[in-house]
Amino acid sequence: MEQGLPDTSCESYAGLSLSQIHKSYGSQVALAGVSFQVARGEIVAVLGPSGCGKSTLLGIIAGLEKPDRGEVCWAGASLTGLPTHQRGFGLMFQDFALFPHQDVFENIAFGLRMAGYPRQKIRERVEQVLELVGLPGFPQRDVNTLSGGEAQRIALARSLAPFPHLLMLDEPLGSLDRTLREHLMLELGEILRKSQQTAIYVTHDQEEAFAVADRIVLMNAGSVLQTGAPIDIYRHPGSLFAARFLGLNNLLPGRLLSKTEGNFIETAVGVFPLPAGQPVQAHEQFTVLLRPELAEAGKPGSCQISGKVQSISFRGGTSKVAVISNGLRLEFEFPSSTVLPAGGEELVLSFDPDEALQIIYE
Amino acid sequence: MKALSARLRSISFHYWLLWVAPLAFLGVFYFYPLVNILAVSFGRGQSGPVAPFIEVFTTPSLLKILGFTFWQATLSTAFTLLFGLPGAYLLARYRLRGRNLILALTGIAFVLPTLVVAAAFNAILGPRGWANLLLMQMLGLEQPPLHFVNTFGAILLAHVFYNTTIILRLVGDFWAHLDPRLEQAARVLGANGWQTLRRVTLPLLTPALASAALLVFIFDFTSFGVILVLGGPRFATLEVEIYNQTISLFNLPLAAALSLIQLGCTLALTVLYTRLNARLARPLSLRPRQFTLRRLQSWQGRLLAGLYLAALLGLLTLPLVALVTRSLTRVESLPDGSGVLAIHPTLDYYRELGVNRFNSLFFIPPITSIAISLGYATATVALALALGLPAAWALAHNRKAASSQVFEPLLMLPLGTSAVTLGLGFIIALDRPPLDLRASPLLIPLAHTLVAFPFVVRSLAPALGSIKPRLRQAAAVLGANPGLVFRYIDLPLVGRALFVAAIFAFTISMGEFGATALVSRPEYPTLPVMIYRFLSQPGSLNYGKALALSTILCLITAAGMLAIERFRIADIGEF
Repeated sequence: MEQGLPDTSCESYAGLSLSQIHKSYGSQVALAGVSFQVARGEIVAVLGPSGCGKSTLLGIIAGLEKPDRGEVCWAGASLTGLPTHQRGFGLMFQDFALFPHQDVFENIAFGLRMAGYPRQKIRERVEQVLELVGLPGFPQRDVNTLSGGEAQRIALARSLAPFPHLLMLDEPLGSLDRTLREHLMLELGEILRKSQQTAIYVTHDQEEAFAVADRIVLMNAGSVLQTGAPIDIYRHPGSLFAARFLGLNNLLPGRLLSKTEGNFIETAVGVFPLPAGQPVQAHEQFTVLLRPELAEAGKPGSCQISGKVQSISFRGGTSKVAVISNGLRLEFEFPSSTVLPAGGEELVLSFDPDEALQIIYE
Repeated sequence: MKALSARLRSISFHYWLLWVAPLAFLGVFYFYPLVNILAVSFGRGQSGPVAPFIEVFTTPSLLKILGFTFWQATLSTAFTLLFGLPGAYLLARYRLRGRNLILALTGIAFVLPTLVVAAAFNAILGPRGWANLLLMQMLGLEQPPLHFVNTFGAILLAHVFYNTTIILRLVGDFWAHLDPRLEQAARVLGANGWQTLRRVTLPLLTPALASAALLVFIFDFTSFGVILVLGGPRFATLEVEIYNQTISLFNLPLAAALSLIQLGCTLALTVLYTRLNARLARPLSLRPRQFTLRRLQSWQGRLLAGLYLAALLGLLTLPLVALVTRSLTRVESLPDGSGVLAIHPTLDYYRELGVNRFNSLFFIPPITSIAISLGYATATVALALALGLPAAWALAHNRKAASSQVFEPLLMLPLGTSAVTLGLGFIIALDRPPLDLRASPLLIPLAHTLVAFPFVVRSLAPALGSIKPRLRQAAAVLGANPGLVFRYIDLPLVGRALFVAAIFAFTISMGEFGATALVSRPEYPTLPVMIYRFLSQPGSLNYGKALALSTILCLITAAGMLAIERFRIADIGEF
C-alpha cells in the first residue's frame, strides 16, 4: 500500500498529488515539505495531534491558503493559482459553517446552484443526499435549530451534493459527544464508500482514522511521519512518536545481546529473544515496543515478565491493567473475561516475542 | 512563486479598485471645494496666510470658544453614553414589548432638523411652551417661571435627545448579536455579574462602543443648529463662530482658519479611533437575535427597566408631542389684557400648506417641498450606498492594509467639516467650468451624500467585518466565485446593516439643513428649508406652518422607520 514519493511533475497521477508543500506563519513553520497522494475513490485519513498542520494542509488543498512552496495537483494538472471556487473540491468544516440565514435545503443546494444545475436537478440531488445522510424530510428546517448530529449530517450532505472530485473533512466529528461520534464515524465511512467519494479525513483521533480510512497519513509538527493502511500503521509504528500517539506506551530502551544460542535484546524488564525479521545492528541504541494486547495473563512461558498490579480499569470488552515491573510502568489490555489478581499483587505475563515485540530506531 | 506573487499583487489591486469610486467622489465634491474655499479665503488675508491662525490663538474670546467646544462635546457624549447604554443593553438582551416603537422613536429624534428640535423643546420648555403655560395658569404668574432656552442645560439635553439613538443602534445592534454563551462561559468559570461585564462583555463591545462614542462626540463637536438656537448668544462653538464669521462678518480668512482647526481636531480623533479599532476588532461569531433575547424575570428588573424606558420615552416623545399639539393649537392672550391665555384647536396651519400666498416664481405651495425632499432623499440613498458599499467592503476585508489606514480617516472628514463650509465650498467651486452644477438637480443629493457617506460606511463596515471567514470559505469551496460569495453570503448577512445604512442616508437627506440652505435653489426648497423660511418670518401663522411641516416631516420619517423595522424582507437581515 505504501506509495512512493510523487514525481516532481504531477502529470503522472490521476488523483490528488501533493509535493513538497511548505507553509510558515512568520517564524512558525506549519508545514515543512509535505508530500503524499490520494488515489481516486480512496479515503485517506490525515492523523496527527492538534497543531500539527492538518488544517493548514486542507486550507492549501482547497485553495483557501497559499503554500509558500510546493505544488498541489489534481488529475495531473497543477492547481497553483486556481481559486477555491474553481477547484471543484468539497470541504466540511469542523464547526460545519452552515449558512445561518439559509434553511437546510438552501444550504445543501448552494453548491449545486453555484454549479448551475437546473432547478429540478437540484431538488432531486438535495433529496438524494438527505436520504444518503439519513435525514429525509428535513429540507425546510432552520439550520439554527439543528442538533449537533443533525448539523453534522447536513454539513456532510452540503459538501457531498455538488459531486466534489475530492471531499475534505476537517475533524468532522470533533464537536460531537462520544456515543454520537462512535455511531457516526462508522456511518460516515459507509456513506463515503457508498458514494465512492475520494476523501481526505483530518482527525486527531486514531479510532476515527482506523474506522474510516483506507490509508493513513500520520503527521507531526508539519511533516509526514508515516503512511500506510491502518493495520500496518498500528502494527508497525515507525517512530516513538507514532507509537505513543497510537496509545502504545510500553517503550523500553534496549540493547543487543549476542549469545551462542542466538541474538537477544536486553531491557530493564528482562532479556528476550530478538523478534524474527527485525535485524538489529550491534552497539546501536534502540527502543523495544511491547504490544499491550498481545500478552497473556497468569500463564508462565518461555518469554515472560512479572510485576505488581498497580491499577485495573474496566473498559467494557477489555480491561486495562497497569503493571510495575522493575520500577517501570507497563500497560496491558486483556479480555474482560481474564481472571486478574487484585491491585498490589503479583502478576506474571507471557508473550510471543515475534508478535509482541517491535524494534524502533530513533 | 511567480504565480503566488502575481496573485498577491492582484489582491491588493482589487482592493485599490474598490477605493476608486469613493475617493473620486470625495476628491471632486469634498477636497476640490475645500481647496477652492481655502484658496479664496487665504487669498484675502491682508497680513499673510498665517495671520488668521495667529489671531485665533491670541484672541481670548476665540480660545474660550475652542475650549467650550471641547467641553460641551465631552460632557454631551458622556451624558449620551450614560443614558443610552442601559437602553442598548435592554434592547440587546431582552424581549421587550414595543421595541420597534422605541427604536423608531429614537430614530425620529435623530433625524429631526435642528430647527425643529429647537422649536419642539421651545414648545415644551420655552417661555411660551406648555410647561410654562401650565405653571403660569396654575400659579397665577405673569412671567414664565422656567428658564430653559439659552442655557447650557438646553444644549446638553438636546444633544442627548439627538444622539441616544446612535448608542442604542450601533451598540445595541452589536450587543444583540453577541453570543450570550461567552458571558455564560464566564459565569460558569466563576465570574460574577460585574466581573462578567468588565472582563468579557465590555471588552467585546469596545469596538462598537468606541465607534458609537466617536460618532456622538464628532456630532456634538460640530453641532450647529442646537447651539445657535437653544444656546443663544452666550454659547458659541467653533461651528457657530465659523458661521458668524462667514455669514455675518464676511471674515473668510478667520472662518477658514477656524474650520481648519476644527478639521484638524476631528482628523486627530478619527486617526486615534482607527488605530484603536484595528487593534480591538476581532471576528466574533454573531448569533441570530432569537437566541440572544430573554424575558425579564424579576420584578426588580422589570421595575428598573420600566423606569428607564419611561425616562427614555419621556425625553424622546414629550418634545414631539409638544410639537404636534402646538401645530394643532392656536394660543392667544385674551383681548381684555388680563394675561389669561385662550387655547383653540385648529387645522388652519395645515390648510395653509397647499396655498401659495406669495404668488412669486420663487415660492411654491409648501406641500411641494415634501415631494422635492423625497426625491432628493431617494437619490441620496442610491448614491451613498453605491459609494459606501465598496469602501466599507475594502475596510472590512483589508483593515490592516495601508490603503485602509490612510483612507478611513479621509472618509470621516466630511463629518468633521461644518455644513456651512461644505455648502460654501459647493457654491464657490461648482458654479463654473469644468464643473458647473448650479442648475443640476444632483447638487443637493451630492451634498447630502457627502454628509451621509461616513454613516453608511460606519454602519456597514463592522457588519461586513464580523461575518465569520468560515462562511465565505465554505461558499468558495462549494463553487461560489467572489462575486457570488458577496451576493449569497455577505449581502444577506449584512442586509440589516444595509437597511440601517439606507435609513441613515434617507433620514440625513430629509433633515439636512446647513449645507442645503446654502446650496438649494429658491424654486426647489426642501422641507427643512421651507420650515426655516416660515420660522424666520414673523407671525403665528408662519410659526404654525413651520410646526405643521415639521410634524409632517416627523410622520414621513416615522412611517419609513416603522416600515423598515417591521417589514424587513422575510427577516433576511436577522442573522
